[in-house]
Formats: sequence, structure tokens, C-alpha cells
Amino acid sequence: MLKQIEGSQAIAQAIALCRPEVICAYPITPQTHIVEGLGEMVKDGSLENCEFINVESEFAALSVAIGSSAAGARSYTATASQGILYMAEAVYNAAGLGLPIVMTIGNRAIGAPINIWNDHSDSMALRDAGWIQLYAETNQEAADLHIQAFRLAEELSCPVMVCVDGFILTHAYERIDIPTQKQVDDYLPPFVPVQILDVDDPVSMGAMVGPEAFMEVRYLQHHKQQRALALIPALAKEFRERFGRDSGGLLRTYHCEDAETIIVALGSVNGTIKEAVDEMRAAGKRVGSLSICSFRPFPLDEVRDALRRARRVVVLEKSLAVGIGGMLSEGVRNALSGISLKGHTVIAGLGGRAITQKALVDLLDSAARGELAHLNFLDLRWDVVKREINREQAVRRTGPLAENILRDLGTVADRIG
Amino acid sequence: MFQVRIHGRGGQGVVSAAEMLSVAAFEEGRHAQAFPSFGSERMGAPVMAFCRIDSREIRLREPVMQPNALIIQDPTLLHQVDVFSGLAPTGYILINSTRGFEELGIAEFTRKFPANHLCVVPASDLALKHVGRPLPNAALLGAFAAITGQVSFEAIANAIRQKFSGKVGEGNVAAARAAYDMANKKEAALA
Repeated sequence: MLKQIEGSQAIAQAIALCRPEVICAYPITPQTHIVEGLGEMVKDGSLENCEFINVESEFAALSVAIGSSAAGARSYTATASQGILYMAEAVYNAAGLGLPIVMTIGNRAIGAPINIWNDHSDSMALRDAGWIQLYAETNQEAADLHIQAFRLAEELSCPVMVCVDGFILTHAYERIDIPTQKQVDDYLPPFVPVQILDVDDPVSMGAMVGPEAFMEVRYLQHHKQQRALALIPALAKEFRERFGRDSGGLLRTYHCEDAETIIVALGSVNGTIKEAVDEMRAAGKRVGSLSICSFRPFPLDEVRDALRRARRVVVLEKSLAVGIGGMLSEGVRNALSGISLKGHTVIAGLGGRAITQKALVDLLDSAARGELAHLNFLDLRWDVVKREINREQAVRRTGPLAENILRDLGTVADRIG
Repeated sequence: MFQVRIHGRGGQGVVSAAEMLSVAAFEEGRHAQAFPSFGSERMGAPVMAFCRIDSREIRLREPVMQPNALIIQDPTLLHQVDVFSGLAPTGYILINSTRGFEELGIAEFTRKFPANHLCVVPASDLALKHVGRPLPNAALLGAFAAITGQVSFEAIANAIRQKFSGKVGEGNVAAARAAYDMANKKEAALA
């Protein structure tokens, strides 16, 4: 049924249709509306056979999900930003134990300086913890990916993170098609665990493993993700057959066939990128875009195939690997190993800095003119940066950096965009 | 695509206004995208929300920087925030005030816009009268429907009723109706 609703509410409704049995929650902006929505559904009885557990921290939230998943219950939680850092140890445990928990990340920057706005630093920080990571391009896809995520997680017995851009998607009201209960029931069978804590047939989970077997256990996690490379497109195909729309899959190309320049990105910025591509195509420029949905596992072969005919690749990243550049670029370069084409990394949108269509068009034009550096920062205010560097050179006791810059800028309330 | 930027203060229902406008457009079979300016909103602080309306899927995710219409819920922002930034030369300006453009001190700026694209309605007073609280958002949407024709009054009324139930909903619809009639009357006087 088509509804004009907030992204978070659409996600909550999609999760409810998946019949979760345990939801643990600790609030943190910008994911809070999702678990609030689910909490209301549990309380008013519209989400049956589900226990909603308020916990004291993010570490507890995922620890409870680990326990309930091990006991055989379909388990869900959500977090963002510092929240995922606080649960980091449990994030690795859930994957190491092979528990099919689904967790939404309402993508948000990480402090310091504290910032509630969107970027991908949080999910990127835990990218190698053994979870599958899917990035949603639209709110429709965000809702749909959760339905696919439970199926994927349970078939592989592997946890899945669905990464949704905070505010840009979570707080946007849009037209979203919410499936029926029957559609979801037909797609997502009841959870049959491969391992279960059962008093009648006891096992222990989480054994200590020494050098004799640790590498094999780790390898098998990697093997699971390699299986996901085939399963993710298969589940997206089945989803299209049952629900009538494209959502999920490993990646999505847009005008890549004859493109000289291709821009690669994760998440909602791909919408603005497509507008930029259309604008440039209308002016006869051969540009295209590649939206990667599955960041873990990283679809090396498919990325290679999508990019191999281009002359240059621009990777746009909403997180900065301080000291080197970009994390998505790392995967893209891996995929292009042995292929000679120009590659550029562009760090953009950190801490909620708007990424505009105009900035993207200018960026792709400068790439085509050969003016783009190896590593670039989109719409960075160089005057602000230089002023601080000069200050650091002039005096020893400069004081706190962020406060200096805010003082230089004065009020920011008058800025639009 | 028709783009709207709403300026107001935390607690004035700015985000709800964008949401209701998007619901109204959706009701009429159009695509709409409403979102807040993502600030750490506090009571009284300047707040923005955006709404895009189109006949096709809206993929653009940047803030509205070139609005076709501005709704200003609090005229004290006129001299604090660059509210007119990026407004199209044929754009609409709708302000919640009991005063006119001259008295607000912006007549010189607004003169270059088409006269029937400019509108001031006492939305807070209308809300106080019909709802009992000076929350101007619903009334302003009524006036928006009248001056822009982007959505019908009926769609606005339905969106308001979806957001607010019972007496509060009906009060807000009545305030929106009064603002709609006022804006229409002003437009008729110009014609």
C-alpha cells in the first residue's frame, strides 16, 4: 500500500512485517524514530509475539540480541554513531558466533567534535567485523532491504547491518509502498536456527579456540560472505518477482555502458548523483554512476565489470580514513587491479555537509578535464582551514581546534545548505 | 519540480508543515519529499524544513537552495536569517504577520516579484482563534494552496486531519480555511 510517511516509520513497519520476536533498543539520534515506532506497535498489540526490551546501553542492546538470537528468536536492534562504537565488542561477537541478527544503522558522524548529522563513519568503523553491510539508496529500498536482510541473515546464519543515511532518509517523508503481511510471509519463512540454546539438548556457544582452529573459524566467516555474493542477487531477484520492484542486489549501474567517467558511491547520495548524470548527459557528456548496495561482502568482480570500459573513476565517500583517504576507494582499487584507468577519491558530506548537484557536476567536469587530484575534499572551506593552520604556526597555545573554528565562523544559523 | 522552503522557530511546527504539505501533494497523486534542515532543534531557535513536489520520483537529496516558494512562519527571522536566499525571481513569498510588506521593511525587495505571488496572513492570530494556540503552520498551508495552486484546499484539509485528530484537527482546518479565503480575497482584489 502506498503511503506518504517518514523513512523511519516505513522501516519500522517493514520490520514489524518480518515478525521479529525480540527487539532491544537504546535510543540514539537519528535511528530513534525506528525503535520508537516498533515500541508503539508492540505496546498497542499490532506487533504480536514480540518482546520489546529497553536496555541501559548499546552494549546491552546487542548483547541481549545475541542472547535472544542464540535462544532461537528472530532478533533486531538499531543504533548509530557512538552507539555502534560502544557495542563494538558485541558486534564482533555476533558475527563470530554466526547469529543472524538484523541491525539498522542510522548513519551519523562520530565525534569528537560531537556532530549528530549524517556521514558513514559509524558503519565504516565496523566494516570488517564480519557483518554483511547493505547501504540503502532510497527509503523504499531501506524498507525493502530489511525484509531481504532477515532472509539473508537466516539463510547464512550471519548478522546483517542495513545502513540508512541519518536524517536524509530517516527523517524524510516520501511515497513508500508498504507490502502486505502475506507478501512478506511468502518471502520470509519462520526462523529455523542452525544452532540453538535448548535445555533439552544443551550445547555451549562461544568456545575458547586456540591456534589449532582459530584461522579455520575465521576463514569460514569469509566463506559465508563469499556465499552471500551469490545469495544477495538471488534474493533481490526473488524480491522483484514477488514485490514487483528492484531493491537491493550487489550494485546498480546508471548509464555506465558508454561512460568515460563513472562516479561510485554508497547510499542516498546516489539519488543526487543520478540527477547530476542526467544533467551532464543532456549536455552530451559521457558520464555514468555506480551505486554499491553490498559493501560487505564487496562485489569485486561485478565492480570490475561495471567500471572496466571507463577512462576514469571517481569514488565519492562519506567518511574519511584519516591518514590515507577513502575506504570505498580501497575496495574499488582492489576490483580494478591490473586495469589501467585514472582513479580519484573524493571525500564529501562529512558531518552533514550538503552534497549538491552543482558540486557534483563541477566535480565530474574537472575530472574529465584532468584537473582532479588523487584525493579531494568536496566543498571544503580552505579559507577556514588555512586560518587555523596559520594560527597553529603563529602560537603554541592555540586552544581547542573546533572552538577556534566556530569562533572564526560566527553564527551558523543563517546558512542554508 | 516545485520546491518550498519553510522558515520558522523550534516549536512552531515547521517540520510538521513540510510533512503535511507533502501528504497533501501525495493525496493528489504527486510525488513529494519533505525533510527538516537537520538541526539540533531547540525551542525558539531558527529552524528550516523543505518540501519538493513533482510529477515523477524525486531523487535529489540536497537542501532546497533555489525555492519556488518561501513560507515564513515568524517575521522576526527576516532580519536574522537570509530567508530569501536563492528565491526564484518569479517565486512566492508567504509570511505570517499582521503587518504588510511595507511595515515589515521588505517592500523594496519584494517589489520585483509578481504582486499575486506575495501574501501576508495573520496565521498565528487565526490559529489562536480557531485552535486556541498560536501555531501558524496549518493556516499558512491554507494560504499556500490559495496563492500557488500547487495543491487543493481539500488536500491540505485532509493532510491536516491526518496529522491532528478530533477538535485540534478541525480547528486547524478552520484556521487554514480562513487563511485560504483571505489569500484568495487579496488575489481577487489584485485582479
